[in-house]
Amino acid sequence: MTQLVAPVANSPAGGDKRRPPHGSSRRRMFMIALGFLAPALVFLGALVLYPIVYTVVRSFFSAGGGEFVGWDNYVTMFTNDSTFTAIRNNVLWVLVAPAACTILGLIFAVLLEKIKWATAFKLIIFMPMAISMLAAGVIFRGMFQENPNLGVVNAALVTVNSAFGQDAAYPGAAGRDGLGLVQDRGVIASESTVESGSEQNFPLVGIRVDSVPAAAAQAEPAVNARAGQLVGTVWLDVVRGGGGTSGQIDDGKTGLPGILVDAVAADGTIAASATTDAAGRYVIDGLAEGAYRVALPAANFDEGYQGVSWLSSTFITGVIILSYIWIWAGFSMVMISSGLSAIDRSLQEAARMDGANEWNVFTRITAPLLSPVLIVVFVTLIINVLKIFDLVYVIPPGSAKPAANVIAVEMWTVSFGGGNNQGLGSALAILLLILVLPSMIINIRRFREERQQ
Amino acid sequence: MRFMRHQRLIVPVAIAAAAGLALAGCTSGESTPDDSSGNGEFAGTTLEVSAAWSGAEQTNFEAVLAAFTAESGAAVNYSSFGDNAATTLGTQIEGGSPPNVAMLAQPALMNQLAANGNLQPLSAEVIAAVAENYSQSWVDLGSSDGTQYGVWFKASNKSTMWYNADLYDQAGAAVPEGWDDFLAQLQIVADSGYAGISIGADVGWPLTDWFENVYLRTAGGDLYDQLTNHEIPWTDPSVTEALDVLATLWGDDALVEAGAAQRTFPESVTEVFGADPKAATVYEGDFVAGNIADDGTSTVGENALFYDFPAVNDSAPSVVGGGDVAVSFTDDAATDALMQFLASPAAAEVWVPEGGLTSPNNNVDTALYPDDTSRQIAEALTGAETFRFDMSDLTPSAFGGTAGQGFWQIMIEFLQNPSDVMGTQQKLEDAAAAAYAG
Repeated sequence: MTQLVAPVANSPAGGDKRRPPHGSSRRRMFMIALGFLAPALVFLGALVLYPIVYTVVRSFFSAGGGEFVGWDNYVTMFTNDSTFTAIRNNVLWVLVAPAACTILGLIFAVLLEKIKWATAFKLIIFMPMAISMLAAGVIFRGMFQENPNLGVVNAALVTVNSAFGQDAAYPGAAGRDGLGLVQDRGVIASESTVESGSEQNFPLVGIRVDSVPAAAAQAEPAVNARAGQLVGTVWLDVVRGGGGTSGQIDDGKTGLPGILVDAVAADGTIAASATTDAAGRYVIDGLAEGAYRVALPAANFDEGYQGVSWLSSTFITGVIILSYIWIWAGFSMVMISSGLSAIDRSLQEAARMDGANEWNVFTRITAPLLSPVLIVVFVTLIINVLKIFDLVYVIPPGSAKPAANVIAVEMWTVSFGGGNNQGLGSALAILLLILVLPSMIINIRRFREERQQ
Repeated sequence: MRFMRHQRLIVPVAIAAAAGLALAGCTSGESTPDDSSGNGEFAGTTLEVSAAWSGAEQTNFEAVLAAFTAESGAAVNYSSFGDNAATTLGTQIEGGSPPNVAMLAQPALMNQLAANGNLQPLSAEVIAAVAENYSQSWVDLGSSDGTQYGVWFKASNKSTMWYNADLYDQAGAAVPEGWDDFLAQLQIVADSGYAGISIGADVGWPLTDWFENVYLRTAGGDLYDQLTNHEIPWTDPSVTEALDVLATLWGDDALVEAGAAQRTFPESVTEVFGADPKAATVYEGDFVAGNIADDGTSTVGENALFYDFPAVNDSAPSVVGGGDVAVSFTDDAATDALMQFLASPAAAEVWVPEGGLTSPNNNVDTALYPDDTSRQIAEALTGAETFRFDMSDLTPSAFGGTAGQGFWQIMIEFLQNPSDVMGTQQKLEDAAAAAYAG
């Protein structure tokens, strides 16, 4: 560089004898330096500086850009519900995600140092970094689907749960409306009490004809009750293909076998129980005189554990942060293990010789030596987390979108996603810039310090 | 040196190739003028026509234009502007060379171009042809500020309720007459162990279509237009009535399949027409036929059928939908002849047998539709006393077209809590007030 520049700079300076050669050559040097820097400066100005300045200016104008509105956009930003949620979520993100990633990365890096095949494990942990954020978002959305048939997390939970519980025979059944049956927390019961020695029927609906057990036969009316008995029939009050009268045992209506029927005494205790036969009939025997409510307990109809609604407003931010950690823990692990490989091992050895245990070696020697790397990783992640967009855009279903909102997504929605308010969008962009600035300054300062060392 | 020469050769070749690709990309929508243009009234004239259509739709529309060429002698060039109607036409108008005729999918764009003075009002002959062939709703939709500018060529029907005929037959449910009967039939389906209806409310647009259909039936076309233009507030009693009607369905857990808020729209179609159906009915426009075909388990016209969106309180047949309107930019006889042709049944009848076109033209022979389902869709459309354009497409996009905000999001919230009618109306009004002001 200097070789190229020097002859050009010197020869005219030598020819000019009236001016002090020193100052002139300095100015020429400056002009030449400027000439070389100009293309880069033009690009920087056009692609970085101008957009920033224009965004600041734009943030003081209305949605259409025609009207100066002063600080209105900034006021809207902090008073509007959805933007406020976005800012609050961003705070949550910054508090949780970078720390979690750094700590996990540190644990992985330190532990993996001590095992064989470390590279293979590192490769696996680093693998998510190779997946685009968008694809990772799609994966996590799939994993956390509410329907256990679609989401692997709920599928696992439901499987574990059903391993310990008994599956109900008729999940989701309901009593036919308007026929003296009430349904409360899964229990289907007679609306009024029944005297012993009489009949209580249960026409049920909401069960698929195909899912009735093979043993089931055509429903039949119960035999006349004797004293001390309660009798009745539990049947599926639906005829395949339609027809029949609601609440009547018509041809084609099947009895529901295996349903537990309780006679509940006035004080709420279960006086006696019976189970229905293939035609759906039951006979509860040995009852004292008196009035009972006949109830089909919830165990017959329990739909079982359905898993957790992960993608609902309550858990959505947690799920997205988890997916972020899944991706970025690998990054921090790789950064930290490269830091680890650079630190001076003799200090660790010396500490061990002095009798320090591994925990003390880690907390007193390794971690302090690693702190410059840890800070770089942490600050980089903070910047990264502040501008998080892809995952928050992809993972939440529509109903949970407002709850998952972050500033970058809000900025995009407001200005381009249909909101068409680029004034407010610019104000949000400026807020994001201001939030990122401190971390940027810390990073730059650190780089400078490192160079001076 | 050899290497250098190679490199020198490669760069221009690469640039040429890239430029070629770019050019090909620009012109792929163009078609060569038909050579058969012989001796008609306008022989020697060339017209430019643009629309969003490409692929099969382009082929079919070019056949329509070829029929015009055969009749009139004028050659017609077709080019596709894809999804960028506003930008493309805007640039062409700036440059002083708009197409002679363009097909617009957004009435708002037609109104805007008309207000700017870019469009030619329809000639008396075209107005007569439209009056003869179209019902009043379409005439109104093709007008801006009282002047007729557009001829609706293609339409879509968003008032179709698709049902799994196997499940309906098994349950003994029938095609309902009116909203109350609709709920009763869904209950019959629910009794048989399947959910009555599946709703995909991952994004809000299917829900806004639900509201629009109910509102058009409870409030009628005039209030629908006023609400669209925000001339009446969303707190209006007519909105309360429509939301109350919707709540009778949405608030009934026995009828609506659980988990609607996390289900995408295509998933809701699979829940009804997939290999393991969980529900028997799904509401959306005529394009559901495409979703059913993609899923591949059920067959449209056999076990995948539809009925019209049920009437509410004996409302007259009404259809919410969309479409493409032909507008002209130049004032000359050949353009006028093309507009007349597009307003005549003959134009649509070229495309109709090929499938993919529902014509709003009343005089198109419905026997020409390739199958019963598309014929039924078209007959519902032309038989409707009231046709209205999808409201959410006519409102400012900050209100009617933004995922996570406005109309879409508030309807999702209403689906989750259908008892909060008043709160929903207030939220809609607040969102609308902000969007219409901006």
